[in-house]
Amino acid sequence: MQPANLLLLTIVLSMVAYGLGYARSRSLAMPMGGIRHLKSLPFYYGARAALWCGIPALLVLGLWAAFQGKVIQTLIIGSLPQEMLPASEGEASLLLSKISNVASGSLPPGFAEAPIVEAAERLKALREQSRMFMTTLVVSVSVLAGFLGWLRVRPALNARTQVESILKWLFFACAALAILTTIGIIFSVAFETFRFFQKIPFTEFIFGSQWSPQTALRADQVAAQGAFGMIPLFTGTLLISAIAMLVAVPVGLLSAIYLSEYANRKVRGVVKPLLEMLAGIPTVVYGFFAALTVAPFISNFAASLGIDASSQSALAAGGVMGIMIIPFVSSLSDDVINAVPQTLRDGSLALGATQSETMKKVIFPAALPGIMGGVLLAVSRAIGETMIVVMAAGLAANLTANPLETVTTVTVQIVTLLTGDQEFDSAKTLAAFALGAMLFLATLLLNVVALKIVRKYREQYD
Amino acid sequence: MTDQRSQAEIVRQSLKRRYRKERRFRAYGILAIAIALSALVVLFVDIIGKGYTGFTKTTITMEVELDGEMMYLDDATDKKQIKMADFVEPLLQALIKQVPGATEENRDAVRDLLNPYASNELRDMLEQNPEWLGTTQTLTVLAHTDVDVYVKHAGDDAYSIKLSDRQQRWVDQLVEKEVVQTSFNDVFFSSGDSRDPSRAGILGAIVGSLLTMLVTLVLSFPIGVAAAIYLEEFAPQNKLTDFIEVNINNLAAVPSIIFGLLGLAVFINLFGMPRSVPVVGGLVLTLMTLPTIIISSRAAIKSVPPSIREAAEGIGASKMQVVLHHVLPLAMPGMLTGSIIGMAQALGETAPLLLIGMVAFIVDVPDGFFDSATVLPVQVFLWAGSPELAFIERASAAIMVLLAFLVSMNALAIWLRKRLERRW
Repeated sequence: MQPANLLLLTIVLSMVAYGLGYARSRSLAMPMGGIRHLKSLPFYYGARAALWCGIPALLVLGLWAAFQGKVIQTLIIGSLPQEMLPASEGEASLLLSKISNVASGSLPPGFAEAPIVEAAERLKALREQSRMFMTTLVVSVSVLAGFLGWLRVRPALNARTQVESILKWLFFACAALAILTTIGIIFSVAFETFRFFQKIPFTEFIFGSQWSPQTALRADQVAAQGAFGMIPLFTGTLLISAIAMLVAVPVGLLSAIYLSEYANRKVRGVVKPLLEMLAGIPTVVYGFFAALTVAPFISNFAASLGIDASSQSALAAGGVMGIMIIPFVSSLSDDVINAVPQTLRDGSLALGATQSETMKKVIFPAALPGIMGGVLLAVSRAIGETMIVVMAAGLAANLTANPLETVTTVTVQIVTLLTGDQEFDSAKTLAAFALGAMLFLATLLLNVVALKIVRKYREQYD
Repeated sequence: MTDQRSQAEIVRQSLKRRYRKERRFRAYGILAIAIALSALVVLFVDIIGKGYTGFTKTTITMEVELDGEMMYLDDATDKKQIKMADFVEPLLQALIKQVPGATEENRDAVRDLLNPYASNELRDMLEQNPEWLGTTQTLTVLAHTDVDVYVKHAGDDAYSIKLSDRQQRWVDQLVEKEVVQTSFNDVFFSSGDSRDPSRAGILGAIVGSLLTMLVTLVLSFPIGVAAAIYLEEFAPQNKLTDFIEVNINNLAAVPSIIFGLLGLAVFINLFGMPRSVPVVGGLVLTLMTLPTIIISSRAAIKSVPPSIREAAEGIGASKMQVVLHHVLPLAMPGMLTGSIIGMAQALGETAPLLLIGMVAFIVDVPDGFFDSATVLPVQVFLWAGSPELAFIERASAAIMVLLAFLVSMNALAIWLRKRLERRW
């Protein structure tokens, strides 16, 4: 049975277990004179049986579905004849995809070597077996556990506390998923990054000023060795983020000030949702806008002034990214400005200061730490933004500060290295993970610092 | 006396300057808002301007003589014959009759007005109506992409017209005779991707998006709500709880592409799950949207007043009963609103899906959670990268569809909040 069907079956079985548990508790209570002699309501006996039936089965199902692919792959590779054993992980994945193509029928058996065809047959058989085993195992586990749960329904049993503590543990598991996700991220990037640094020295990666990850695809190919210095990517990312912040910070901050200090309720009620719409537009739409409208406009405009501008200028990507970040900056600064105590405002106005003087000389300095925190969060957003730069910034890793030239960013390189043809274990693929690790660390650092500043600031006025 | 007066004078003079500054500051604020809003307007106008033509298709309607001899076909119910038959010739002959001044000699030029797929359309029609063989029917088939571009964008410098001058004259005349017409582009909504812009559609991407969103919703909503309940109601004040909270807050700000790396390394490389399938996409998006849902659900739970909890506890409800029977139903509207907004974010997300291989060129509409698929924003990305402007037009149209989905989701969230949320 397919995992999805099995999932449905388990749910149905749990429902049956619920009904049986419910019925048993009632029938046990009947001779004693009604359900008031039960320790808990019948509902809890039913729910307990359902949980007993469902949870172990779902655990088994999840683990099996997660690991069966890998186990079958290992078995298939192991069963190949000696001379066909793949030498590297890349070859292994190539071989596996060939075998599975033969098995699925998209590659006619005549086009493959005999051992491959045999392996494909074995793959089919193994998959069939695995499916059967999984079905039997899951069904028997759920039936067995459900039966045990059902058997233990007794009037003296406090089913409610049991159900409640199981639920509490389930809730905890859901909350702990956040930790698991973080660990998953750290491991998935750290592991590959570590292997990358075995091939390319750390110092070369950090301090190298050349980035050209094209390595030889075949051993006998004459190609560039590939250079993995991340400085050009780093400066490119910073350049585009700086342009974005130059757009987003003044516009976002000033509009937040206007909306919180000057605008009446009506204007605020219209303008705020409109500004927030900017935040709801998918980044791929901004990328489209940047690549197909803003970038050609900038390069044509520059050409009409006699300046040479690239058609994938950093200015286009950065400018559009700035527009995307405006609502982020404005809503964060709005919160911060509103958190400044009214007494400061009233005091300043009472001394005869105009509203703008109050804003500039009293409220802004008081709100500055919070605003700085918000800006840092916005910066972390900008350096992690992907689609706009993938579509509108280039691939050439130029080391330049000229906004009219093409630069590339960390995220662009991750996407380029990991989409399209890729091989395992090559420095090229691993480099993407190393870049991901750097990106993760940088954004994490910015976020931690920013959140700390914002929190400290909030405490100050609470 | 005079001293005081001059002081007042100084103040009065400086007032002018200060008021001027005040007005300027206010103008800066208005300017900033104007910049932001005009960016929004320009964006929308640009996309609608580029894409509205994507919702129309160009067709050729003509009398087609379905002559069996010409098509090498004498029985339209015979599958084998249908496979071998020539369906181009009858269309071509019919079109030559319509084009003034065209003869058998320029048949190649005339054929280039027909869509390469038109013969397949004719075959499908004939398979459904075998009795048509030997009769003359008025049929409507797709025009060639070049004709489509010419009809829609003649005179637009951005588009390069690939038709020759003679073909352009022909098409002009055919448009006048109403043989070539534009109509609502149903192909765009009823087919998957294609290499030919006039046959490319978003149905495959929409179905892929729906499947992916379904996985995301089914996983992220219960998990997010459960996590929020734990953290708000049950979590003890200890290091572990603090650590969980720090993790959630940080995950909310981790760039989405990092989740793509996680999906690639864990789901695909470690667990051996297939690439570019909605299940993996849904799992990655679940991890990405969970922090958003948890944070908004916690806010919703927090907004339920303590008096409700105390009243329920007062009549003997257990902690779990208080939460499940009283707090949760009251917090549900807020949780739903937050989840819809989280789902809208996930629907527009592209970057992590690129890394798990959802960028493949897929013609078929996916028919399951384990079938290769792409999603709407990735389809936009794929078409936007095409050098053909006809695809750019499709990309803009797809963006409009995507935005329509997002706007309706957000409207639903706002409506829910207005309708169901209670103020205490």
